[in-house]
Amino acid sequence: MKGYIDSIETMGLVDGPGIRMVVFLKGCQLRCLYCHNPETWTLKDAEVITSDELVAKAQNNSSYYEHGGITFSGGEPLMQPDFLLDCLKKCKAINLHTALDTSGVGIGNYEEILTYTDLVILDIKAVTEEEYERVTGHSMAAFQMFLQALKKMQKPVWLRQVIVPGINDDEEHILKLKEYIKEIPNVEKVELLPYHLYGVEKYKKMNIPYPLDGVPAMDEEKVAKLTELLNR
Amino acid sequence: MNNYDVAWRNFKGNTWKDSIDVAKFIEENYQEYQGDDSFLVGPTEKTKKVWSICEDLLKKELEKGILDVEVSRVSGINNFEAGYIDKENEVIVGLQTDAPLKRIVNPYGGMRMVEQALGAYGYELDPEVKKHFNTYRRTHNDGVFAAYPSDVRKARHVGLLTGLPDAYGRGRIIGDYRRIALYGIDFLIQKKKEDLLHLEKKELTEYIIRLREEVSLQINALNEIKAMAATYGYDISNPATNAQEAIQWTYFGYLAAIKENNGAAMSLGRTSTFLDIYVERDIEEGVLIEEQAQELIDQFIIKLRIARHLRTPEYNELFAGDPTWVTESIGGMLENGKSLVTKNSFRYLHTLINLSSAPEPNMTILWSPNLPENFKKYCAKISILTDSIQYENDEEMRPIHGSDYAIACCVSAMTVGKQMQFFGARCNLAKALLYSINGGVDEVKGDLVVEGFEKMMDEVLDYDKVMTVYDKMLDKVAKTYVDAMNVIHFMHDKYAYEAGQMALHDTDPEKLMAFGIAGFSVAVDSLSAIKYAKVKPIRNENGVAIDFEIEGDFPKYGNDDDRVDQIGVQLAKTFYQKLASHPLYKGAKPTLSILTITSNVVYGKKTGSTPDGRKAGVPFAPGANPMHGRDESGAIASLNSVAKIPYRDCCEDGISNTFSIVPNALGHTEEERIVNLVNLMDGYFVRGAQHLNVNVLNRETLIDAMENPDKYPTLTIRVSGYAVRFNRLSKAQQLEVINRTFHGTM
Repeated sequence: MKGYIDSIETMGLVDGPGIRMVVFLKGCQLRCLYCHNPETWTLKDAEVITSDELVAKAQNNSSYYEHGGITFSGGEPLMQPDFLLDCLKKCKAINLHTALDTSGVGIGNYEEILTYTDLVILDIKAVTEEEYERVTGHSMAAFQMFLQALKKMQKPVWLRQVIVPGINDDEEHILKLKEYIKEIPNVEKVELLPYHLYGVEKYKKMNIPYPLDGVPAMDEEKVAKLTELLNR
Repeated sequence: MNNYDVAWRNFKGNTWKDSIDVAKFIEENYQEYQGDDSFLVGPTEKTKKVWSICEDLLKKELEKGILDVEVSRVSGINNFEAGYIDKENEVIVGLQTDAPLKRIVNPYGGMRMVEQALGAYGYELDPEVKKHFNTYRRTHNDGVFAAYPSDVRKARHVGLLTGLPDAYGRGRIIGDYRRIALYGIDFLIQKKKEDLLHLEKKELTEYIIRLREEVSLQINALNEIKAMAATYGYDISNPATNAQEAIQWTYFGYLAAIKENNGAAMSLGRTSTFLDIYVERDIEEGVLIEEQAQELIDQFIIKLRIARHLRTPEYNELFAGDPTWVTESIGGMLENGKSLVTKNSFRYLHTLINLSSAPEPNMTILWSPNLPENFKKYCAKISILTDSIQYENDEEMRPIHGSDYAIACCVSAMTVGKQMQFFGARCNLAKALLYSINGGVDEVKGDLVVEGFEKMMDEVLDYDKVMTVYDKMLDKVAKTYVDAMNVIHFMHDKYAYEAGQMALHDTDPEKLMAFGIAGFSVAVDSLSAIKYAKVKPIRNENGVAIDFEIEGDFPKYGNDDDRVDQIGVQLAKTFYQKLASHPLYKGAKPTLSILTITSNVVYGKKTGSTPDGRKAGVPFAPGANPMHGRDESGAIASLNSVAKIPYRDCCEDGISNTFSIVPNALGHTEEERIVNLVNLMDGYFVRGAQHLNVNVLNRETLIDAMENPDKYPTLTIRVSGYAVRFNRLSKAQQLEVINRTFHGTM
């Protein structure tokens, strides 16, 4: 089965446990203010790859991925559910640890997909309807659907939130987030990711106005403090 | 009890007592250590005092270029009075000259190099010495140039062959310095005398006559080593009786080597586990505690850090800094499946903490997936903290060299005391490819370098045609290269024989002649471009291709793509076979390396535009690395491409690969980083790769990476979920990454 990808990073060390192949799939419905991969929103300039080719690449590198695995990221991997499912099944057939790096907003049969997923890395964009729409330009309903499936399937979860100056970098937001994630089962880890400016150049090249123009990169020390508050 | 019984008390085994066999002694007496690093201790007051004096001197040296040099005496094992840093606090003594960091003049390699180097730093050689060497004595350099064929001269002039040791010491020879500690000098002299007698009984061929002269020189050298040690108040006639003596005796052996020679790489060998046997015995006997053990090692390492050679500023530019390659090989396995890791393996690495990070001695881990997990993790931890360790694959080298081999320079393995190497720098295969297109004419200088070829006047280069001509070109180039090497090593033995180092080898050791390739990835990508894209030469008025127009895309080395990687594999094999088809000096076995250290920059400067799109003068990738910016799917794909180059029966002198990463990209926490680095090494070496230089970059090196991307190939700087690589970012963005990456940690 064919899929549309932006690129493959053969040595991902920060998107899931161990050394991983990270596959950046094309396509995403959300338009998050801080998105750093705008080139993955649509299928434009996609590289076409079959699930067999992809899994063969991962298998070829298995000496590295033994304690790691493969992470499907993007874009939004749930936008190509059939391809994703096909890849996941084939990865599990060769005993590769699979992670799904997702916003939870996609299409397809989530429960079936989660059956073949070992770890969900879930991006919590915001915890209220209003803020969710402001950050992503999308209603929270679709996300809730994925969350329902996730709760049902009981898969291990790493949660992530991008912390942006002036948007969610205050204690009040973090305490709310802390309350919110209590409802999510099997959370092994929560990572607060400091907003950075690495995406700016990409927007320029693509001639898209940068939504957070003028907002500085997030102070990492402050994020460390917020993380401490979250885990306390 | 006689001296030997005292020195060898409680040591197991007997065979090593009758004939020289350090490997057997180690095997029968060392204690493997599988624990963690918690036993390690900080530096003692004595060590701190000695090191702080050195640090001041090193600062002064950096400002001046060289701190001092002796101009009225020349190199030799016992040509200087004893010298000290801080006598009362030194537990291991011995300097190259009578003062720390004061350099030696070694005219045996060649006078020109000496005079240039002295001139550059504002010194002048004593007229008497000058007269002596110019009037009464020939040098290695004189000999070589008297015998060089014209093809070699031409190849040298244009940079087809570069870095040949024809004007300076060849180095890369590792004396088995441990023999002095285990046996004492008298035993070694006795054995050499027996060998000399034994050689009388053979037909006195030229080979045997020369060997007899060499052994005589070796016996003289052993006596000189003994006399040199005596100037420091030590009698090394007999074996070492405790840890301090064992380290001191071993160091005297190495010291003799760096007093006598200024070879490009003067490596130490494999001493840590050998010396651990003495440390353990002293600890068991209750005469040594951990603080003292670490003190001995720290102070030994201090001595290795201040070893110096007199070189020209150009030489230092070529090799980036003032390198000595005091390589020490640590770890590795025995054939029986036990590792050779001891507490001393940890202590050696721990000097990078106690004395802070430094490039020398060049700590080299002989990696196996079967090394104790604690040791692997400790290596990774020290790599991340200090960026000062390289890794090489014991599983590839041990089957060839046995379990007591060591690395000379960066990647050259040899069995300690049983093999020696004739070092041979590199041949520029990217340039050779251009010669195939340009009828043997140099694209930069316009000289006809290789005769008998016609210029290819095709509008678009034809792969099969290029390959046919390239093959013939490599035949000629290999012959020229072999000629150069045979002349060089004949003359080096004649005029600058390393008697002290060779005295610490078996009498007729196996010789390896180490050839090298530069411009590997450029040649491979160029061939791929010619095969898979349309490459049109742009010629000057003389019909020499000075640039290339490339239409279409082509697979590039570094993406784990067999279409191009196999071109590389074939190129290495072909060149090796061509070299191996010629007779070599002293019956040496040919080996080949893909290693440039940092000379890839200079090779690039001397090479015109190439069919892969690289422009004239642009640096090559270092070693066997893919060209920077051409790897499109991350570091593992890049590592996989390099791992395909065959080590065994082809590149047995080493395949160098450099991997750069910032700490944050290795993982979010310290524990994650360590585990990931360990898994990375296991994953790489299990594929049969030979070497990995791990650059864990700090802020300064990252800024350097921005200025010189070629020095930091496959640089990996990543944040979660972000799809791009460092070398694709704009300058401004790279700066931003640098500022952010090290935010709060500097």
